[in-house]
Amino acid sequence: MQYLLMLYLDESGWSNLTKEEQAQGVAAYGAYTEALKKAGILAGSNRLQPSAAATTVRIANGKSQVLDGPYADSKEQVGGYYMIDVPDLDAAISWAARCPTASHGIVELRPIWSM
Amino acid sequence: MSDGDEQARSMADAVARRSYGKLVAFLASRTRDVAAAEDALSEAFAAALADWPVNGCPSNPEAWLLTVARRKMIDVIRRMRSGEEAAAQVRLLADGLDAATADADIPDHRLALMFACAHPAIEAGIRAPLMLQTVLGLDAKPIASAFLVSPAAMGKRLVRAKDKIRQAGIPFIVPERDELPDRLDAVLDAIYAAFAEGWSDPGGTDAARRDLTDEAMFLARLVTELLPQEPEALGLLALMLHAEARRRARRNAQGAYVPLAEQDPATWDARMIDEAEALLVRASAIGRIGRYQLEGALQSAHMHRCRTGRANWAEVVQLYDALLALAGSPVVAINRALAIAETHGPRAALAAMQGLDEDTRLAEYQPYWAARAELLAKTGAHADAGEAYEIAIGLEHDPAVRRFLQQRQAGLVG
Repeated sequence: MQYLLMLYLDESGWSNLTKEEQAQGVAAYGAYTEALKKAGILAGSNRLQPSAAATTVRIANGKSQVLDGPYADSKEQVGGYYMIDVPDLDAAISWAARCPTASHGIVELRPIWSM
Repeated sequence: MSDGDEQARSMADAVARRSYGKLVAFLASRTRDVAAAEDALSEAFAAALADWPVNGCPSNPEAWLLTVARRKMIDVIRRMRSGEEAAAQVRLLADGLDAATADADIPDHRLALMFACAHPAIEAGIRAPLMLQTVLGLDAKPIASAFLVSPAAMGKRLVRAKDKIRQAGIPFIVPERDELPDRLDAVLDAIYAAFAEGWSDPGGTDAARRDLTDEAMFLARLVTELLPQEPEALGLLALMLHAEARRRARRNAQGAYVPLAEQDPATWDARMIDEAEALLVRASAIGRIGRYQLEGALQSAHMHRCRTGRANWAEVVQLYDALLALAGSPVVAINRALAIAETHGPRAALAAMQGLDEDTRLAEYQPYWAARAELLAKTGAHADAGEAYEIAIGLEHDPAVRRFLQQRQAGLVG
């Protein structure tokens, strides 16, 4: 089954880190990505620009409404994702627990709707 | 009803009792679609009641039901899905099923089904109902009445939980050794929750609830048979047997509530007590202590004290200390305080309960107020005791216990 791992984190945390800590963080995600590749389960992954760069669009009464900023105004925002292909939820959970985000943010797992 | 009908029905009932969960677990273990397995199986049972009176009961009724249920499941998949995916699902179902139906022994995946029902991704409150339905085949209605919710709401929550198992990809497996104790705790907790719901009808007048204690004991027994080396499963079964052995003694002939200290040990079920004691010995030999073994040991200590008349309160306090260290809950703290009252007097017990009232859940917990009232009465603070009894009486839903508390309250002087 494919699962989307959505990485929720407090964006202000990143800028509060020292250069050295940021480098460590990047290395941790690099190692994690590498481990997913080696296991042969990585189906896709990306880091996202901060939520300040987000724009929301909806059509109301036939007119498109474009708003600056993310949809949900919460402290934790999606900062990236991994798409993985594993046998079941337990396997997905054990991989989610290894993701660096799990120790400073939240990882939400969503099974992909298979067509 | 003709003889053939009657025979078919009694055989179907026997198979349902013996193998319902086994058949559901087997049908659902590959597709993870519990609801589809249940639907197919109930259609297979209906087909059996039509077929068996005419053609005679099959020599292997489980295999007969499995074959029919599988055919129904394949029909549904073909109708609902198309092409590639349907073919894959059908292959999944066919895999291993031929071997199973040829073999008299259907592989037993019930334990895996229980682990799926008590998976951490399933909301804790629905785990017990889910297990009762999928492993034992209970309808939503009696489950709802036992858990004091509307049948419609219970039905919806059960459907949602089964959807979650299928959509989230919750596996049907017994967890690996390093994860097993934690995951088994969740299974045992759900079984104990089912037992506790049944137990809260001490008069045994509510059939749905009384049955629930039997069903919970059946599940606990099943776990001990499938995992004979897990001491906590043995401890849970021992705890339930001890409680069940005293069920009838909780009421006198007039239906009035009889507290443990005033029960006649001769009215207890000695066979159940013997089995419980043997289970506790077996569990302790494995050498891994846990919550249910301690609770079982406490039941055992209370039983010995009442039978022999020899006070063993120091031992009881020790067991509560261990339990508190392992699974600190305000409920354990209250029972520990009552034991301390026996060894060090009511003032020490009240001191031990200090701070518990900060837990807002206790404000609505009858045993907390009843315990407080009893301890206050013993210290001579009759006015405070009276108030605490008042709250306890207001919170109790069992009329017999309410009358008992009212008598205690009336017995206060001054």
